[in-house]
Amino acid sequence: MGNPMRIRAKSANGETTVRVLMSHRMEGGQRKDANGNPIPPHHINTVTAKHNGKVVLSADWGPAVSQNPYLAFSFKGGAKGETVEINWVDNKGDSRTDTATIS
Amino acid sequence: MRKHLLTAMTALALSTLAYGQSDIEKGIDKYREMLADGNPAELFEMNGEELWKTARGPKNATLEKCDLGKGPGVVKGAFVELPRFFADTGRVQDLESRLLTCMETLQGFNAAELAKVSYNKGEMANIRDIATYVAGQSKGMRFAVPQNHASEKTMYEVGKRLFFARGGTHDFACATCHSEDGKRIRLQGLPNLTKNPGDGIGFAAWPAYRVGNGQMWTMQKRLNDCYRQQRFPEPKYGSDATVALSVYMGVNAKGAESIAPAIKR
Repeated sequence: MGNPMRIRAKSANGETTVRVLMSHRMEGGQRKDANGNPIPPHHINTVTAKHNGKVVLSADWGPAVSQNPYLAFSFKGGAKGETVEINWVDNKGDSRTDTATIS
Repeated sequence: MRKHLLTAMTALALSTLAYGQSDIEKGIDKYREMLADGNPAELFEMNGEELWKTARGPKNATLEKCDLGKGPGVVKGAFVELPRFFADTGRVQDLESRLLTCMETLQGFNAAELAKVSYNKGEMANIRDIATYVAGQSKGMRFAVPQNHASEKTMYEVGKRLFFARGGTHDFACATCHSEDGKRIRLQGLPNLTKNPGDGIGFAAWPAYRVGNGQMWTMQKRLNDCYRQQRFPEPKYGSDATVALSVYMGVNAKGAESIAPAIKR
């Protein structure tokens, strides 16, 4: 269970813009530690966004995404007071789900 | 005639250079603007707020009664008036050395032991997050570091001397890079810290998240790294020397808007 995400969702003209900051170290697996041993990869594999329980975005991520990733996207629909749910799963099976209310 | 031509050519060359430079600066500013929209510093702020309100330490207490200079528990606006003199410790303290004091008196931690932990590790990472949270509560406010107490005035003078003191293997001082306008290292602008460098520049921009290494840096860490780059012995965390430099920069930045926690390349 990772640290909480920061999610902001705003609706305007029938479109909802969602901005998400995720807290994750996103270790790519190419680096070595001080003793020369490779640091095992530890990164988010899948990201799913749901609006009222319906999937509006799903993404496969890999080692090339930066530490503490930022994701911004928009979808049609969404009204004030409704919720957006974001979920990520990493390659170690750890996951995190957070929700935000659309403003 | 030849001399005139040469002067004209130099003038032309200078003007194109100036034009090119401002174009680059504009580009960098745009890049920073795009980054600031998703500043991961907010994640550290969130964690810091949580830590501030969580009962921790041997005394199992929160930091909500911590006096940052505006009375116990007042966080908003405290950052832009630090460092300042505190009667209970009899010292001028910056945000981070003050947090150490609060963690010792309220929570029962050993401040001297905490200050020895390496940066970004263990309890030091927590202080970093709390400092980020406290700074964030003064975002958009203007710096007004006090100079009322005699100790505050002394610290300003000490800070000024340290700023101009040359030493180390490279015969460097803070002033070598930071006492003239319009200087830069590669594409990184170097603020003139002997005066108010402007809103959100220099002292008014830390703590900041560094995109390059994904780390959150406080002012203490920034000063430590300045000394490392100058090949000086690195100052101790929260030491009087670092506080004096902070007083010097903070007082000089009077009226500058704080944008902390900022985002850096």
